[in-house]
Amino acid sequence: MGEAAKKEWRIEIDARLCKGCEICAHFCPTKTLEIKGITMSVRDLSTCIGCQLCDIRCPDFAIQVFPK
Amino acid sequence: MTTQVTARTVPYKEKKPFDYSPFLRKGKLPHIWCAGCGHGIVLKSLLRAVDATGIAKDDLAMVSGIGCSSRTPGYVDFNTMHTLHGRATAFATGLKLAKPRLKVIVATGDGDAMAIGGNHFIHACRRNMDMLILVYNNYIYGMTSGQASPTTPEEKISTTSRYGSIEPAFDICELAKTAGATFVARGTAYHAQELEKTLYEGLMHRGTAVIDILDSCPTYYGRFNKYKNVAEMMDKIEKDGTVSVAQAAKLSPEKLEGKQLRGILHRSERLEYCDGYKNLVDRVTG
Repeated sequence: MGEAAKKEWRIEIDARLCKGCEICAHFCPTKTLEIKGITMSVRDLSTCIGCQLCDIRCPDFAIQVFPK
Repeated sequence: MTTQVTARTVPYKEKKPFDYSPFLRKGKLPHIWCAGCGHGIVLKSLLRAVDATGIAKDDLAMVSGIGCSSRTPGYVDFNTMHTLHGRATAFATGLKLAKPRLKVIVATGDGDAMAIGGNHFIHACRRNMDMLILVYNNYIYGMTSGQASPTTPEEKISTTSRYGSIEPAFDICELAKTAGATFVARGTAYHAQELEKTLYEGLMHRGTAVIDILDSCPTYYGRFNKYKNVAEMMDKIEKDGTVSVAQAAKLSPEKLEGKQLRGILHRSERLEYCDGYKNLVDRVTG
């Protein structure tokens, strides 16, 4: 039983729109996101599982996760 | 006309992000809401619900009063109207009578709808006008620096209740139900996907639909009441403070104490006002 190929994701953060409220980082189940300065940034893209919870809860239309 | 949520394209199920840009006035972004304000989450849920219903943008009208919540129509690319404090439902009533083909959404806050516009709100419910009233309930007057609103819970601190509010709070859903609204529901910004489904049901309902949406004001309510950050507010107020209707049926009354019900709380069928008005016109003119 072969392991399914791990899907890869691309996280787009619009720094112009992000206000750094850290909702996305708090609700990220794998702690992929962190705050850097006043906006959010990706800590380690390889841990992203593409659950889209950051996208759904971002109040600022700033973050979206796309399949690579 | 009520419809159950049917099988449809749910972008997040396919792990594809939803494209909000067709529904937004992109030039107006970033919006004025504070960092962590739940209004943006509610707006996103609304746009996804609108997309799911398939209603054309030109057939939608969004009306608002004054307040943080009432800035919503400024960012959406529908027919929009930003009106007087508390009078959003009154303007929406006039709009609906003038153009009955439009689907009217009223974006209002807890202070706007319950205090200043309390009368307009209950009479819109009583008439059963076909409109969807979204009450963004953040327990406080956010725009004017955090005064107590009619929904501020007892013992909670605000600018005008420094030692804790001594007034009992309004239950928006009970009020709407008693006043005669035919669709009453509650959602939260934390449960954004559940809220999207509730909004979809509300949009498909013909008659007054009232949705009480719990969200968070980290700038005033959160700071006064010692919440460390917005995530803690969402966890404590919206996640732990609510229970869905389906879960509530299985829980004992002790466990339900202090929790608010979430989901569709009331639904009934009654003659819609515009239909009644048309019947009257037909009867009188023969």
